[in-house]
Amino acid sequence: MLKLSEITKTYKVGTFGGKSLYAVRKVSFDIKDGEVISLIGESGSGKSTIGRMILKLTSITSGSIEFNGQDISTIKKADLKDYYSHVQGVFQDPFSSCNPIFKADRIFEIMHEEFFPSMPREEWDEKLVEALHCVGLNPEHVQNKFPHQLSGGQLQRFLIARALLLDLKFLVADEIISMLDASTRIDVLNLLADLKSHGLSILFITHDLSLGYYISERAVILYKGTVVEMGETDKIYHTPLHPYTQMLMASVPHLDHKWEQKTTDLGGKVEDITEGCVYFSRCPLEGKGEQCRADIPPLVEVEPGHQVACCCFQK
Amino acid sequence: MSLNIENLTVYYQTLKGEVHALEDASFSLTDGEIMGLAGESGCGKTTLGTSLILLNGRMRYIRGTVLLDGQELPIWDNRGMDEFRFKQVSLIPQYAMSAMNPTRRIGKMVHELIEARHEDYNEIMPELKRRLDLVELPQEVLKLYPIELSGGMKQRMVMVLSTLLNPSLLIADEITSALDVSTQKAVVEMLAEFRDRKFVKSMIVITHDISILSQVADSIMVMYAGQLSEKAPTETIIRHARHPYTKLLISSLPKVGIKYSEEILHGIPGKPPLLLDPPIGCRFRDRCPVAYEKCTQVPPFLELDKDHFVACWKEFEEHA
Repeated sequence: MLKLSEITKTYKVGTFGGKSLYAVRKVSFDIKDGEVISLIGESGSGKSTIGRMILKLTSITSGSIEFNGQDISTIKKADLKDYYSHVQGVFQDPFSSCNPIFKADRIFEIMHEEFFPSMPREEWDEKLVEALHCVGLNPEHVQNKFPHQLSGGQLQRFLIARALLLDLKFLVADEIISMLDASTRIDVLNLLADLKSHGLSILFITHDLSLGYYISERAVILYKGTVVEMGETDKIYHTPLHPYTQMLMASVPHLDHKWEQKTTDLGGKVEDITEGCVYFSRCPLEGKGEQCRADIPPLVEVEPGHQVACCCFQK
Repeated sequence: MSLNIENLTVYYQTLKGEVHALEDASFSLTDGEIMGLAGESGCGKTTLGTSLILLNGRMRYIRGTVLLDGQELPIWDNRGMDEFRFKQVSLIPQYAMSAMNPTRRIGKMVHELIEARHEDYNEIMPELKRRLDLVELPQEVLKLYPIELSGGMKQRMVMVLSTLLNPSLLIADEITSALDVSTQKAVVEMLAEFRDRKFVKSMIVITHDISILSQVADSIMVMYAGQLSEKAPTETIIRHARHPYTKLLISSLPKVGIKYSEEILHGIPGKPPLLLDPPIGCRFRDRCPVAYEKCTQVPPFLELDKDHFVACWKEFEEHA
């Protein structure tokens, strides 16, 4: 359904923009119909940038994103509306997604006028109530309210309902859980899983590994804009191969057992590397050598459905 | 007994009336105990933490006593507290990232801070350097401005600063929430190390993330809507919680190893009450699956087993 091939985003930095910084570097993966992919990375790894590029909120420096075979960078005005009726995003902070001086429902009015101008009001209202029920909201409780009168969880579901009103095929969910409280976050997660079973594809962007495991079939691990490991969630979580993924998995706090070894890997300020393996300066592997410094390791398939970008797994 | 709090009640003054943010909290901490304080946003956990150090403009002290090492903290008296702040009670604030003065070099800022507490900077200097080494910060950071450090480095710098005068109580408010998982782990391990090295006697670690607490805390206290629900050793809270809220909260946490396709987790229906006009009795009553008539009275916070405090009528009944 959605195919990312070698997309790159660079920003000009330094005095007079003399240097370039890779926010995302040659990231390729694809998402099938009705699939949930977790995009996992720490802050600054470029995970949100990828989401924004899919939503055409950020331009792509090189590479292409194809939606059902069509290159999205060529989509122009009239077709753009069509694209957005299939692909939508929901973001971290639901309150900043709404204009605080208007009632939250105004967003539905705008959609009615823009996307379904020919639909009669009764039919639209019916559709709206159905969408709100679908995300587990009682329309009487949420309609005709200002954003601050709703709780974070309610407003987040409200925004998902907004996306569902369209003929939605693909949802970019960018950290949508992290603002919510523990007692309500699982409901939103269950809602996404439920939508998935109805054929919706979701790109689930998160830094919380346990949430990623709960919902997705495949996971993509990003580090400094580069995919270091991707594959089926089970394989990534239980047999991580890349040293970065291993470190990440060892740092996840579990309820039922304590952290095993003490890590002193604090990261700190790592110099920006323009060539070679992105993880070189933090890599604890004995086998790392000059080759890692010089070449960017490509993604290699080590077992079916599990790819790693590390020199140690090159043939 | 390092810290002993009884019936501490703090309200917020607002235009619409008083917000009952903390109601009759009574608990104690032993020497060397790291207590985790968990709960949803708006449950009063930050109010409890900050009221032990500084009541800000809108906070009103209503009643209660706080004893630290046998001495009463005059928390209602802003000036009187000055004697205790930093030396006896210290705080790592919620936004440690922006806790440092951006216009001063860090060394200069520390200097001013120490002098304001009538201590000698030069005497403390060697200890400061030792502690910087301990958290793996180069000594050059003292010559830098806060903006030149990364988030994790700032967090560690603030930790060193807050504990510099060996306070007997440290309050760490949401110190891990803005950090990446790997930095999070390092910071939490450092907290435990500070305790082991006796830089601080006891700690209250405030967070909404119970899985972090399970790694480091000796005991966990759960709050709901301004009331204490349960306090017990970490293992007990996670495996044998007795308050219905704690049970539901723990069972709703996703963990690595649980997939939607295999096991569906459930949240807690409903939402927390508004504290401007809180419900009478147990505040969890409306969302509680086992609530009955008795719950219209406020349940006391009783010790049912050794070190296991619960505030739930149903549990009292079953225990009796």
